[in-house]
Amino acid sequence: MNRYAFRYSMRQSFQSLSRNAWLAILTSGMIAISLIILGGFLLLTINVNQFIHTLESNVEVSVFLEEGVNVGEVEDRIRNLEGVAGQTFVSKEEGLEDFSRTMGDPTLLRDLEGENNPLPDLIRVQVTEPEQVAIVAETVQAYPEVELVDYGEELVARLMQITSRLNALFVTLGVLIALGAVFLIVNIIRLSVVARQEEVVVMKYMGASNGYIRFPFFTEGLVMGWTGTVAAVTVLGVVYAQLTSAFRQDSLILLFQPVTDLERLLPIFLGLMIMGTLMAGFGSFVSIRKYLRV
Amino acid sequence: MIKINNVSMHYPGTGEPALEEMSIELNPGEFLFLVGPSGAGKSTVIKLLFRELLPTKGQIYFEDKDIAAYKKDEILQHRRRIGMVFQDYKLIKQKTVFENVAFALEVLGHSPKEIQKKVPEALQKVGLSHKEKAFPRELSGGELQRVGIARAIVKNPDLILADEPTGNLDRDNALQLMELFEKINREGTTVVIATHAWDLVDRMQKRVVALAGGKLERDEKGGYDHE
Repeated sequence: MNRYAFRYSMRQSFQSLSRNAWLAILTSGMIAISLIILGGFLLLTINVNQFIHTLESNVEVSVFLEEGVNVGEVEDRIRNLEGVAGQTFVSKEEGLEDFSRTMGDPTLLRDLEGENNPLPDLIRVQVTEPEQVAIVAETVQAYPEVELVDYGEELVARLMQITSRLNALFVTLGVLIALGAVFLIVNIIRLSVVARQEEVVVMKYMGASNGYIRFPFFTEGLVMGWTGTVAAVTVLGVVYAQLTSAFRQDSLILLFQPVTDLERLLPIFLGLMIMGTLMAGFGSFVSIRKYLRV
Repeated sequence: MIKINNVSMHYPGTGEPALEEMSIELNPGEFLFLVGPSGAGKSTVIKLLFRELLPTKGQIYFEDKDIAAYKKDEILQHRRRIGMVFQDYKLIKQKTVFENVAFALEVLGHSPKEIQKKVPEALQKVGLSHKEKAFPRELSGGELQRVGIARAIVKNPDLILADEPTGNLDRDNALQLMELFEKINREGTTVVIATHAWDLVDRMQKRVVALAGGKLERDEKGGYDHE
């Protein structure tokens, strides 16, 4: 393709986009819809994951100490363990106070104060990752200073099970939806090529090279794909921002904090844009092949 | 210029061959009618000459070179030397008359300056200078075919291949088009027209190659049916 042919080819792309504006808008719109479905699903996935993660991270390991041990020493050892995020020491006196308070009447347990206090000293350990809970608990249990370790094993196991099932489900659904979006985009583009197959045949009869014929369709595909993804990302962005601010204001949903950090949102939005644009370009490239065999 | 040597064409999945052991030669500057009823093999010959199809038997030589042996680039070069005219015009609906004709040059990478010079010339030759801004939907059948011819001649081809160019036109328009083809031919371009418009062929008195059932029946100067 010489420089003139290249220029004509570019002009051809934009001319046909403006002359087939409705087809182009429809195509971009369909691409946008398929990407909104995929993007919406991905946003839902990271939020559900975040929610479960929050639940799991709230699980603490309660370490009950033997009578009269050196608390500072135990704390130091726990601090050095892998996966420990923090710890709080609750002395037996504080423990009794807490307990009385939960009973509703602080005077009720007065007899158990001082020498009669049956509660052991306690260290509450927070972990960084939910997977660490069992490991930390097991390690600490082996310390001679430790009488008992408790962390709600059943709850953690149940949560882990739900997480792994949900993850498998989300990955499967995600792959299916992504494949669906790819299929849809490629076929939408194919329809736009079919609508103009006559043009391709004419070019072929004029002696146009395959590259010359493909180029405008490819650029048109990219432009339509890009427009569609920009629309999709804008809609998703605006709706997501509205939803997150609504969630934040609702004090009832304390446990659920929607994902707002750009580090996790940006890959989704960028990924959608790249995918939409490339798929549309690829779609037109593939669709045109059939008509080039004259 | 062209030598069709013992060419047969058998479309896959069909019983009878579309063309059977046909041999003709065509010299530069000739005007040739391919005549015969529907299914006689006229369009097949046009497609073979354009190298849209390859013969199942025999050879077609274009300037002593077997076109079946062309490399990819040579196929393009071959097609660029041929101006095609179709029964259904094959104009691009979204392009104006000027743009449709210019398209043939753009595809070949001609400069805008050349295009601005050659397209009006071609449109003038077919008598459509005043319609260059019109879109195909605004033209009559005869005018549409004139645009088709302008598009075919704008690149100064060595050969014009026309497949039933008057098939969709009334007699007056058809006759005018034939006269246009004759004018183009007088300027040195070889013209091959596949048609079953016997009255026009009779009137033109050019070389006639008659086909029937894929077989060459007659090759001589004169009318459609020269029994």
